[in-house]
Amino acid sequence: MSLSVDIRHRLGGFTLDARFEAPPGITALFGRSGAGKTSVIRAVAGLLHPDGGRIAVDGEVLTDTETSVHVAVHRRRIGYVFQDARLFPHLSVGQNLAFGRLFGGRIARDEVERLVHLLDLRPLLGRGTADLSGGERSRVALARALMTRPRLLLLDEPLAALDAPRKAEILRYLLRLGEETSVPMLYVTHSVAEVAQIARTLVVLKEGAVQRSGPTAEVLADPAAVPALGVREAGAVLQATLHAHHPADGLSAITVGDVPLLMPEVEEPPGTLVRLRINAADVTLARERPAALSALNVVPVTVLSIRPGEGPGAAVALSLGPERILARVPRRALVALDLAPGLECFAVINATAISRADVSVGALA
Amino acid sequence: MTGWLTAQEWGIVLLSLRVSFWATLLSLPVGIAVALLLARGRFRGHGLLNALVHLPLVLPPVVTGYLLLVVFGRRGPVGGWLEAQFDIVLAFRWTGAVLAAAIMAFPLMVRAIRLAVEAVDAGLEEAAATLGAGPVLRFLTVTLPLILPGILAGSVLAFAKAMGEFGATITFVSAIPGQTQTVPSAIYAALQVPDGEAGALRLVLVSVLVALGAVGVSEWLSRRTRKRVAGR
Repeated sequence: MSLSVDIRHRLGGFTLDARFEAPPGITALFGRSGAGKTSVIRAVAGLLHPDGGRIAVDGEVLTDTETSVHVAVHRRRIGYVFQDARLFPHLSVGQNLAFGRLFGGRIARDEVERLVHLLDLRPLLGRGTADLSGGERSRVALARALMTRPRLLLLDEPLAALDAPRKAEILRYLLRLGEETSVPMLYVTHSVAEVAQIARTLVVLKEGAVQRSGPTAEVLADPAAVPALGVREAGAVLQATLHAHHPADGLSAITVGDVPLLMPEVEEPPGTLVRLRINAADVTLARERPAALSALNVVPVTVLSIRPGEGPGAAVALSLGPERILARVPRRALVALDLAPGLECFAVINATAISRADVSVGALA
Repeated sequence: MTGWLTAQEWGIVLLSLRVSFWATLLSLPVGIAVALLLARGRFRGHGLLNALVHLPLVLPPVVTGYLLLVVFGRRGPVGGWLEAQFDIVLAFRWTGAVLAAAIMAFPLMVRAIRLAVEAVDAGLEEAAATLGAGPVLRFLTVTLPLILPGILAGSVLAFAKAMGEFGATITFVSAIPGQTQTVPSAIYAALQVPDGEAGALRLVLVSVLVALGAVGVSEWLSRRTRKRVAGR
């Protein structure tokens, strides 16, 4: 299942000119508010008629302005989880789910049971929609969209209204859904942390145009993508294995290839594959191996490429074992340390700077 | 029950109820369609349609009745055609009273339904579409249930307005006792004779009761609309 989008649309003073391919798996559509993310997925759903262009799923053309093809919204079999959930107020939670089941593709009864269980909806089924919490609304909206057995699922910042623990919980649901139901997803977000946790592919939108797209790990580790992502949010995502727990001081030991690192404790058994994002601003570089450092993590790295920013900072791509990480250093340090591609040096990563929200279980796609 | 009204007065009340019932029922589908068109439609002539719908509210009722007579009278273009094709005569018949009441009550009905349509979040219809419901199913399963209280409120208002219609009705169908004499024209007629005040008073009481009941039901329904759209 893959999605191909190539559309142009003018809306007031804003011009959308987006072109990208979304392969199977979860694809994140990343950008600031006003970047055109919602317009793109509305066009994919058929709710927006683009001025020009083509949208196809698995080779089936849904929109093509040249041949005047525009498949009606209700015939596209594309699930859409709206930012504001849009539950039907005159129906109970159970009836909302039945609505999707009734008009969408035929979903098997045991699959319904599985979804209700997976999203923990059993206690909500008989209730009205008015006094559901934000998290409950998101879960109901997600289940309702999945009841239609969509061939593609569009998610428009479905977690925007949620607090951090709920967010982590639903992200886990989504990852599991992606694995268990194999429904490909186009996930709109403005959070790099969310992207790093769940997306296999990343599409970065800025002012209506695609700045960057490709496998998430590749884009996030690319210093040239830093301006598009925002300097504060930049940081590579890498694959690691849980090695051991040190409950006495709340740390876990992980290995990246054969490079050991310490980070705040992750409650998973040793041997678990995890992906973690290391914020570029939390990585410091040193020419000599520093001794007696509170950061705890000092690892040998090789400089791969350097991209000076427009401000005082520069993004430096480094290889760490088999993975790549990004460091954001002052431009002045490039000269002071004589940094250049190929140089071997040391990266200092504060063990406590890796937050729990930047870690997710599973292999990098 | 029948004790406090004479048989003749009961006949008048029943005729008025019958006229109002049919006027409301027959104008309902058109009222819903026009309300949807005015609330959602973007087309040339939107303002003209809106003005046309509201015309009976601002025109003197006698003028509306006269225009009905010109168009739907037996020698009028539409009236003549109806009689020739379907043997339907409206002028000076109770069916004509239905038409006059329906047209006079129409703006009130459309306003109430239009407000309900405008209160429906169009996003819900989009959501229904992404769930696989086509336009007709969307209307039946989402829009219609959400505007139902508005439709009922509009119907109640229209019914009450039809019960009280006087000017257009008496102009178009006169007030023939037993045929086209409704409650308002009977009250008017009773007040024209020296001993008619007692009879008029009883019919006035009926009018007041129907009007109060209608306002009460309409209030209750509009409260339900608000709750329903809020999902409680």
